[in-house]
Parts: sequence; structure tokens; C-alpha cells
Amino acid sequence: MRKILTAALAAVSMAIAAPAFAQEDYPTRPITILVPAAAGGPSDTVARLVAEAMRADLGQQVLIENAGGAGGSLGSGRVAAAEPDGYTLLLYHIGVSTFGALYPDLAYKPGEAFDPVGLVTEVPMTVVGRKDLPPGDMTELLGYLKGEGAGATFGTAGVGAVSDLCGRLLVEATGVKLTVVPYKGTGPAMTDLVGGQIDLMCDQTTNTVNQIKGDEIKPYAVTTKERIPVLLDVPTISESGVKDFEITAWHAIWAPKGTPEPIRQKLSAALQKALTSQTVIERFASLGTVPVPAELATPAALDKRFQSEIERWSKLLAAN
Amino acid sequence: MELLSHLALGFETAFTIQNLLWCFVGVLLGTLVGVLPGIGPTATIAMLLPITFTFSPVTALIMLAGIYYGAQYGGSTTAILINLPGESSSAVTAIDGYQMARKGRAGRALATAALGSFFAGSFATLVLAVAAPPLARVALNFGAAEYFSLLVLGLLVSISLAHGSVLKALAMIALGLLLGTIGQDVTSGTPRYTMGYQELFGGVNFVSLAVGVFGVAEIFKNLQSLSDREVGVSRVTNLWLTGKDLRRIAMPVLRGTGLGSVLGILPGGGHVLASFASYAAEKRLSKNPQEFGHGAIEGVAGPESANNAAAQTSFIPLLTLGIPAHPVMALIIGAFILQGITPGPTVIEDQPALFWGIIVSMWIGNIMLVILNLPLIGLWVKMLTIPYRVLFPAIVVFASIGCYSIDGNPFDVYAIAVFGVLGYVLIRLGCEPAPLLLGFVLGPLLEHFAVRWNHLTSHKCGKNKGLERRRERM
Repeated sequence: MRKILTAALAAVSMAIAAPAFAQEDYPTRPITILVPAAAGGPSDTVARLVAEAMRADLGQQVLIENAGGAGGSLGSGRVAAAEPDGYTLLLYHIGVSTFGALYPDLAYKPGEAFDPVGLVTEVPMTVVGRKDLPPGDMTELLGYLKGEGAGATFGTAGVGAVSDLCGRLLVEATGVKLTVVPYKGTGPAMTDLVGGQIDLMCDQTTNTVNQIKGDEIKPYAVTTKERIPVLLDVPTISESGVKDFEITAWHAIWAPKGTPEPIRQKLSAALQKALTSQTVIERFASLGTVPVPAELATPAALDKRFQSEIERWSKLLAAN
Repeated sequence: MELLSHLALGFETAFTIQNLLWCFVGVLLGTLVGVLPGIGPTATIAMLLPITFTFSPVTALIMLAGIYYGAQYGGSTTAILINLPGESSSAVTAIDGYQMARKGRAGRALATAALGSFFAGSFATLVLAVAAPPLARVALNFGAAEYFSLLVLGLLVSISLAHGSVLKALAMIALGLLLGTIGQDVTSGTPRYTMGYQELFGGVNFVSLAVGVFGVAEIFKNLQSLSDREVGVSRVTNLWLTGKDLRRIAMPVLRGTGLGSVLGILPGGGHVLASFASYAAEKRLSKNPQEFGHGAIEGVAGPESANNAAAQTSFIPLLTLGIPAHPVMALIIGAFILQGITPGPTVIEDQPALFWGIIVSMWIGNIMLVILNLPLIGLWVKMLTIPYRVLFPAIVVFASIGCYSIDGNPFDVYAIAVFGVLGYVLIRLGCEPAPLLLGFVLGPLLEHFAVRWNHLTSHKCGKNKGLERRRERM
């Protein structure tokens, strides 16, 4: 009898402990990171590099699933609705913080539908012009845009794209006049910039560094707080007298709302380790970016960044 | 002589056991996946991209390029056999290719496609090797206004895709243009005609539309009159081309190759027009234009060559300037970056082995494809002898899987059903789906270029600096 009782007790206590146990053991099966963009794009590249490095630490496969559509809001919605057990994650960029303003009919509120895991990288952006644009540097460019060059054509990858956000921020901060020319993606916009069909663009280093180095386009400034290693001779926008101007195409990992804190901490720890891997550092460098420092690859840091960006872009997108 | 030493370097790179092997694996995989109904090169390469991540850069890119043109071959197979185009270019092949198949000449149609593609691919690869950098430069002078004009021309010639009433063809083009307006407006981001479906923000999925109005509608039609279909299958003769056939396809292949090579270089969407333009040209030039739409071999030879030539030359803007000409090229850029190479103007000088290795491998890959595909023709044609009650559910299932795999979105599968019904209604009304598809493909491009042209010129009315600049450069 006593034996049976003990066994029963043990069984009950095990049953109670099971959820906690599951968190201890996590992960026990492959994890899926959903990238709401096409395979092969910059976000996908970032995801695959990080996933490979995280696999080593987590001891489980980390699979990438691509689900594009509606600027990434569709695939993100799938993660928002997924089981909050840490086996479905979202890796995407700054765009997530604009969904609320861009798609008012969305079935989920981006600011409330996700629990943060951590930032991954902050891809710097560059203000670039066609090769034969008259101004020689950023200060001259701002003067030019206020004078004879007012209304110069500025290519973007479409409303709400990070290239568009950069333009809006520039207009807001400096009062220059730009004629925004939207494209479907940055590829065709870059084609027209190299071909001299448009005057300016502001895009991620991923897309611009090689054209800059090949002397196909003219770099004016980088949008980060400090200069970046791949383009050391290109000044920051703040250096040209525009105070506190900063925008980066930051990428981050989220989990569905309700994912337990211990699981997210475990993922964050794996992410921090992954970001120190030599392969990740090298490949990120060829994207023109660097992994974020460990303290940013945490739930708290992402939460802070995400909420402040939602506020910033909602205001800016509503103003236009 | 410089070219020779470059080519020697290319051969040296491409002719290692490893690279030859993966080139073969690439074209084989591309062909096999591309043969699945509804899956064109874009979907194929997106699915198979992860396989290459662990390879060295040259090997990975050789294999990816192989998957790309392999899928192009595979895509025309389903277009010919079961009227299921996976890409806008094979929609043209389906018009006459499928009619040939129905008349028991599927083998000839497939052989024509394979030989035409091989010739075009080889020629365009040579163009790529000889003149890539200067050609890319010229193509950049093509601005919004020029593209717009080109697209208007494309729409005008598209009437020739129809072999029935001109009025109905015009109506179909208009319907296609209207379907193309669904989705977010590029300037303001406002959703148009999306009926509240978030899934329609990016527009109607091309594969859903093509599979629906071509493939599924055809199935409805066949089920309605099963006997017709049975007759079509039992007489599969003449697997091989006769001397007369070869004479008939010689000029269309040459013209198609020329048109495709030129249009493929334009990074803004020229490749879309290649096969349509070639079909229109062949129909105008043919002594028996009435045969078109009923199984004219020229209607397969020209467009298939054009399409393959354009597929090769569309690598020019990518390899020389780092600019993707279409979605597949954007995927390949992603592969470059994953391999630690940022594609751009510096690639040719920094990585000559990579650049020339890829070019030579393309040619080798085309040879492999022709060797691979000619014997396979017998096998594909046998597929048609499968009883229809078994074949058609399989087609529907595979088409649905293919369509789902592109974005992982069930909505696109439902859309197939809707467009299938639409396609069937159109067949009953005597309207043809090809002009509709062209309108749908060209419509959004036409709109983007018109809007962009407007943006680029309107803000400087009076002094129009854009135009002045272009004049100065000329």
C-alpha cells in the first residue's frame, strides 16, 4: 500500500512539475524561425546565419521558414497566433514596428502580440546619390536640396520600407524637399540610381557598399551614430550638423505573446553566443554590418527598442 | 585574346569534378522540381536555395544557376503536356505546345523546346562572355519612359496571342490588366480591391492565376467531354523531329534567340516580354498564321528560345552591376551574400574565377540539360497514357502543393479554385486565357513605369531636368 501511495504521490508531483520540467528541458525538438520575407533576401540571410550558430548551443535543429506577403505582416501574424512554447519564433526587422501604422486592419497589434527575445544586428544605412549629382558632401547636399535642387528625386522600396522611413526622417529633421519615387523593392531603385534616372536614395549598406566601392554611386553619409568600419571615410549625418539623426535597419527575434520568460532567456543566451561566432561576424561584415553587443541581444533591450520605434514611426507615418 | 584567357580560367574552374557534379545535380533538381505542375524557376530556386549554403561560393552559384535554367526546361514540360505553365514565359509555350500534345505530337514539341532552348542558351552565354559589361551600361539608359513605351508595344502585340475573336482578346487583356490592379498601390500603400483580405495586399499570386485559368479550367473541360481527351492520348507517335520540322524551326529559333538576348539585358522587366514578343513575331511572319493556336511548331520554337536566351542574358545586370533583373536574380543575390560575396561592379575584377566559372558552367549545364531531357521525353510522353481519372487528381494535388510552397499561404490554393472556375467560364464563352495572363503580368509593370515617369518629370515641369540630363549624356 505504502509503495502504491508513494508511487501515486511521485506521479502527482511529476505531473505538477511537468511544465517547469518542460522549460528546463527546452528545447526537446526542432525550433522554427519564421522569416516573413522571401528566401535569399537580407533578412533571410541574417536568419540563416544566426540559426546555424544557435543550433550549436541549443542542441536542436533551428529551421528557417519563409512566409512573405503584405510587407511581412502576414507571416508575422502567423507567429503571433502560434503556440507560445518557444518552438515558433519570428526573425524580422524594423518593419514590424510600422505594421500598426501601415495596416490598420491587422488582426493583431504588433506591440502586444509578441514577447521579445533579443536584437540581432543593426544594419547601418547610407545616403547615396547618383554619380554626377553636383553636391560634394552631406552639408552641400542639404544646401542643394533647399536651393536649386529642391524636389530632387528620392527612390524608395515602397511605402513603409526602411528606405522610405529614412527619407521621411530626413525630411522631418532637415526640412528639405524631396520627390519620393516608390519602387517595388530596392533592386530596381538601385538600377535607376546607377543609371542616373533618380537623384538620391537612402538604403542599407547591404545594398550600397559594393556600388559605392565600384564608384557607381556617390556616398554622402551613414545614418548611424558613429562611422562604420566598411566606409570609414564617409561621415555620419550628425557630423553634417543634423542633431541626433539616427536610423538603422535593426533585426530582432520575437516569440509569440505568452512564451515563458525562462525559455526566452535561454534563447537570448543562445543568441548572444551565436553573435560571437566567427562565421556570423565574418558574414555579417560582408553584409556591411556587425552583430549587436550581448547586452542588446536580450528581451529587455528589444522590448525597449521595439516600443520606442513603434511610437516613433507611428507618429511619422501618420504625419504624412 | 583576353577573352580566351578568361574563358580558359572559366573552364579550369567549371571543369573540376566537384563543380561538374553539382552543376549536374543543379540542372537535374531544377528539371525535376520544375516539372511539378505550377512550379516555375522562382519557386524551385527558393525551395532549393538552402541546400547550397554549405558549399564553396563558386560551387553554390554554379548549382543555383543550374537549378534556374533547369527549372526553365522543366517548366515548359508541364506547359506542353498538361497545359500548366509555372511562369509567364511558359504560358506562351502552353498555347501551341499543348495543342501539339493533344494532337499526339507531344514528343516533337518537347524536342523542339529542348533544342531551341539549348541553341538559345549557348548563344546567349556567348553574348554574356563577350560583351557583358558594355551591354549592362547601355541597358541602364533605359528609363521609365522607355520601359513604358516598350510595355505598350508588348500589350499591342499581345492581341496576336489569340487565335479567335480580336474583340474577345482585347476583353481578356483588359480583364488581365484589372486583375493586375489588385493589391497595394505602390505610391500611397493604399490597398485596392483586396476585399479586406490581407493576403491580397501583394496582389494576386501569378501561379494561382496561371494554374487556375490554364490547368484547372482545362481539367473541367476535359472532364466534361472525357472521350475527346482519350482520343488525344492514344496516338502518341513521332517522338523525334523530322527534317521538315527542323527546317521549320530553324528561323524561329534564330529570331527568338536574338529577341530574347536583347530583351533579357533590360533589368526593368524586358525578360517578361521575350517569349510573348517572339510568339507575336512568328505569327506575323508565318506563311500559315492560321495554324497558330492549333499546334504550330514555330509557336513553341520561337518563344522557348527567346525565353531561354533572356534567362541567360538577364544574368548580365546581376554579374556586372549587382542589380537583380527579376525575382530569381534577387534570390541569387541572396546566395552571393550568404557566401560572403556582395555582387556588384567589382566582382569581375575581384573574383574572376567565380565570374568566368559561372559563365562556362552555364554552357556546360545547357549541354547537360539537352542530354538529360531528350531521353526523358519518352518518359514524359508516357505520362500522358496514364488514365485521366488517375492523372487529373494528381495534377490538382501537385499544383496545389507547388502553389502553397511559394509563400506557405493556403489562400493561394483557394485562389486556384476560384480562378479555375473563372477559366472554365471563359472557355465556355470562347475566350482564351493567354491574353489575360499577359495583361495581368504587364499591367502592374505598366502602371509602375507610368507613375514613376510621372514622378520623375512632373516636379520639374517647365525645365524637365531629367530629360535634359539624358540628352546631355547622349
